[in-house]
Amino acid sequence: MDLFLQQTFDGLAFGGIYACVALAVVMIYQATDHLNFAQGEMAMFSTYIAFALLHHGVPYWWTFLLTMAISFIGGVLVERIIVRPVEGTTVLNEVIVFIGLLAIFNSLAGWIWDYTIKPFPSPFPDKAPLGVTFIGPHDFGVIGVTLVVLAAVFLFFRFTPVGLAMRAAAQNPDSARLVGIRVGWMLALGWGLAAAIGSVAGMMVAPIVFLEPNMMMGILVYGFAGALLGGISNPVGAVAGGFMVGVLENWVGTYVPFVGSELKLTVALVLIVTVLVFRPSGLFGHVVVRRV
Amino acid sequence: MLHSKVLVAAAAAALTIGAGPVAAKKMYGPGVTDTEIKIGNINPYSGPASAYGAIGKGIAAYFKMVNDNGGINGRKIDFISLDDGYSPPKAVEAARELVEKDQVLFIFQSLGTPSNTAIHKYMNAKKVPQLFVATGAGKWNDPKHFHWTMGWQPSYPGEAEIYAAWLLKNKPNAKVGILYQNDDYGKDYLDGFLKGLGANAKTMVVAKESYEVTDPTVDSQIIKLKDSGADTFFNITTPKFAAQAIRKAYDSGWKPLQFLNNVSSAIGSVLKPAGFEQSTGLITTVYQMDYSDPQFKDDPAMKAWDAWMDKYMPGADKTNGNYIYAYNVAYSMVQVLKQAGDDLTRENVMKQAANLKQVKVPLLLPGITLDTSPTDYAPIQCEQLAKFDGKEWHRFGDVICPK
Amino acid sequence: MDARSNAKTRELAALASGAKLSKSQLVGLALALLAALALPWFISDYRNFQFTLAISYAMAVLGLNILIGYNGQFSLGHAAFYAIGAYTAAIMMEQGGIAYYWTIPVAGLVCLLAGFLFGLPALRLEGLYLALATFALSLATPQMLKYDAISRWTGGVQGVTITKPDPPFGLPMSQDQWLYLFSLAVVLVLFVCAWNLLRGRTGRALKAIRDNPIAASAMGVNTALYKSLTFGVSALYTGIAGALGAIAIQFVAPDTFNFFLSIAFLVGVVIGGLASIPGAVFGGLVIVFIPNFAEQVSKAAPWAIYGTVLILFMYFMPAGIWGFIRMLYAKLIKKARVGGSDPRTR
Repeated sequence: MDLFLQQTFDGLAFGGIYACVALAVVMIYQATDHLNFAQGEMAMFSTYIAFALLHHGVPYWWTFLLTMAISFIGGVLVERIIVRPVEGTTVLNEVIVFIGLLAIFNSLAGWIWDYTIKPFPSPFPDKAPLGVTFIGPHDFGVIGVTLVVLAAVFLFFRFTPVGLAMRAAAQNPDSARLVGIRVGWMLALGWGLAAAIGSVAGMMVAPIVFLEPNMMMGILVYGFAGALLGGISNPVGAVAGGFMVGVLENWVGTYVPFVGSELKLTVALVLIVTVLVFRPSGLFGHVVVRRV
Repeated sequence: MLHSKVLVAAAAAALTIGAGPVAAKKMYGPGVTDTEIKIGNINPYSGPASAYGAIGKGIAAYFKMVNDNGGINGRKIDFISLDDGYSPPKAVEAARELVEKDQVLFIFQSLGTPSNTAIHKYMNAKKVPQLFVATGAGKWNDPKHFHWTMGWQPSYPGEAEIYAAWLLKNKPNAKVGILYQNDDYGKDYLDGFLKGLGANAKTMVVAKESYEVTDPTVDSQIIKLKDSGADTFFNITTPKFAAQAIRKAYDSGWKPLQFLNNVSSAIGSVLKPAGFEQSTGLITTVYQMDYSDPQFKDDPAMKAWDAWMDKYMPGADKTNGNYIYAYNVAYSMVQVLKQAGDDLTRENVMKQAANLKQVKVPLLLPGITLDTSPTDYAPIQCEQLAKFDGKEWHRFGDVICPK
Repeated sequence: MDARSNAKTRELAALASGAKLSKSQLVGLALALLAALALPWFISDYRNFQFTLAISYAMAVLGLNILIGYNGQFSLGHAAFYAIGAYTAAIMMEQGGIAYYWTIPVAGLVCLLAGFLFGLPALRLEGLYLALATFALSLATPQMLKYDAISRWTGGVQGVTITKPDPPFGLPMSQDQWLYLFSLAVVLVLFVCAWNLLRGRTGRALKAIRDNPIAASAMGVNTALYKSLTFGVSALYTGIAGALGAIAIQFVAPDTFNFFLSIAFLVGVVIGGLASIPGAVFGGLVIVFIPNFAEQVSKAAPWAIYGTVLILFMYFMPAGIWGFIRMLYAKLIKKARVGGSDPRTR
């Protein structure tokens, strides 16, 4: 039983990271109708910026906020300058640009800060609150932060006019323009917000896995998986999906007998795909009906 | 007509006779002139193993220093290093470009077991030295079948056997849990360890967990290993995962006797992020000096290295063990070339590489030297066990040389 | 894909592909073919090797193009089929002692089956979800190839080394020259087959499914069967490409066939030219030569250069290289004609 609980809580802890990444993915999807492959590398780059700030003596929470702000601006700039020229063309062209961005951010980070792993501090105290011992204080903090960000995103899209405008701009740009929405700036805003959320994910994950340029590569995939599993149109679903992926990964590795860790990845992904086959829009997503 | 032809022939004959003895001593293979030697190299400057690109950069910087000091026997080194992104197809492409297009004399320190495996047959078929490969796989020490390939660092299976032997002698009832990277490097260590334990492996090894380089963490595997009841832990991981594993084991309250593979034993880049308290008690084998290890602070060779880093790699992270490795291996290469003198054919380079007798390398530990022979293609076989006491790797026991 | 994006795709695809060949195009094709055949004798063995690799990748890109460009199904998992083809060739040659030319049809058939089987459950998935499922396939492939239980055949983590074949009948050429010609021949045959397939009824059915699946099925096209078959055929092409690649490189290792390779194929498809057969040729060249170019520009950050090149291609050649060439050609034609409008330039 102890092993089960340990693996479950570890899975939840890491699921928190996946959930945070999934949120960034959902944010950009809601805002732009596309999945940004470079999300992970941008988050990693933001974390390096935070690292540089900390190195210069800026206290942690100021660094946190400053990094979010810088990432926001960075996201907006990337959208306006680099992504805009291909926005009118096909999805595939945009995907190639995203891949290009991924390569650039990864390479630049390695070039500027080199490839040795760097420890990144956790802002959370040494002991978890409420006397919780199953889960480390940092992991507990990550889950907390993820839920806070989730709430903010949810409220933003549901209850603010800007959020509504963003969703409209993403789903039906032509009609949105007719209603007076500045579609271009909505997209930029979406990118900025996604970059900010990504930076939070990066700063949460770095203390656990150590900061290095390839830090986010493996995590991004699970973030995508979580977002899609839960339903890409639904932030709450995406977060739930992220947690599920984390726990599922650990359970499969521990309990599926002939598999062990050697095929953990394969089996976990097979399971995700199977779920998708039976519920193609994700567990909590709503089915999009297209009219002929 | 005939007259001038005879004159030309006579002149040519005269020149040849006049230049006789000097010309006969200089023998050049491809890529060699009176003023330069072309050396090829394949390193991952991009992709998942780009951390090791630091080695290629370090070697280039060392050769620059050699060139600044006049070169080797008056010849400067033209170091051509290509990126293979740790991908075997690209490594094959790079090797062919170096050998067929750039016409290098030999390829030096190509990195990675898969990349070297991919070019192994090619290099031997083309009779081009594949020297001092940057991998510890056991298969490079095979002069009978692969005359042109030679490793440099102590082999992974050899190292694992040292740990196994120590356990059999000092803790025969140990229950061992193993974490290994699921690739050639990890399996090489694993197989060597199991072989070293022999028949006892079945009873002693209680758990084996693997991970992929693309995995974000190894936390889940550590939990499983702890749960298996193991009281000894063989940690076969690359630096990032080593730090994670050390820390997670500590955080989860598991305090096994831990053996850490040499690949990840650098204090600055692995133990410091993991935590010095978390790393206390770790055992590894060492063969090189570590910059972050206080016991070498005043060593003259280390000081020379420090000065070299300041001049030729300014701004680089000195705690990165790759730069010590690069320095040592480049020094070894220069030794071989010095021994070759003016006979710079591929055959002779190989012959000299197989003729290293107790060669001292600046940053190798005292008692450890390069030794090769036509039947022994493993330059460094000796290592010493060391225990981390929270500050430095404290060597214990004798220098162990498998023979 | 929404309606606007769909329309744009069709426009770009139309630009890139050509349904019929005019006389001048046939001449151009013949010249290109002659150049390709003569190439081995004018370049070094090393270059021959590179071009043989480019041919293999071009096949893989064509396979992916059939799926994405012509049928609108998205895949990030084609590294898996490339791997299956490569390993089939390796196992047949090294464990079975079978000659290299038999590996080609076998690799193709094995992948046809694998692709079809994967295509069946994939039927339910659209767009993003299909992307994720295929991406999962890419991620899982190296792990599956390393699996201990089958390592007796696959060589496990060590992979399999392949012996290079000699030219047959003692022909007076090097091994590399022969491999180039052999690969070229295989690829030419398959390219012609693809061209025939995509030109006729099947091609129209595929494109109909891509552009408007609901209408297509309303018109009696068996969408499910066609989509699965397309996956199978696409996998067949990529699998044969894998076999050719394995023979050229003489080595297969599990970690090579990862999602980076799948992404490289995708890059080849888009930069070469979506939904076009000549585009696949450019795609193959792109995969081999752009990383080399990036490395020459910057040793310190080669990927950054690579990424920049990708982005620049998308800015200046949104229809891919082949689309760009066709556009130039169309402009030339338009200038040459006096008055009169050429519908192709629209």
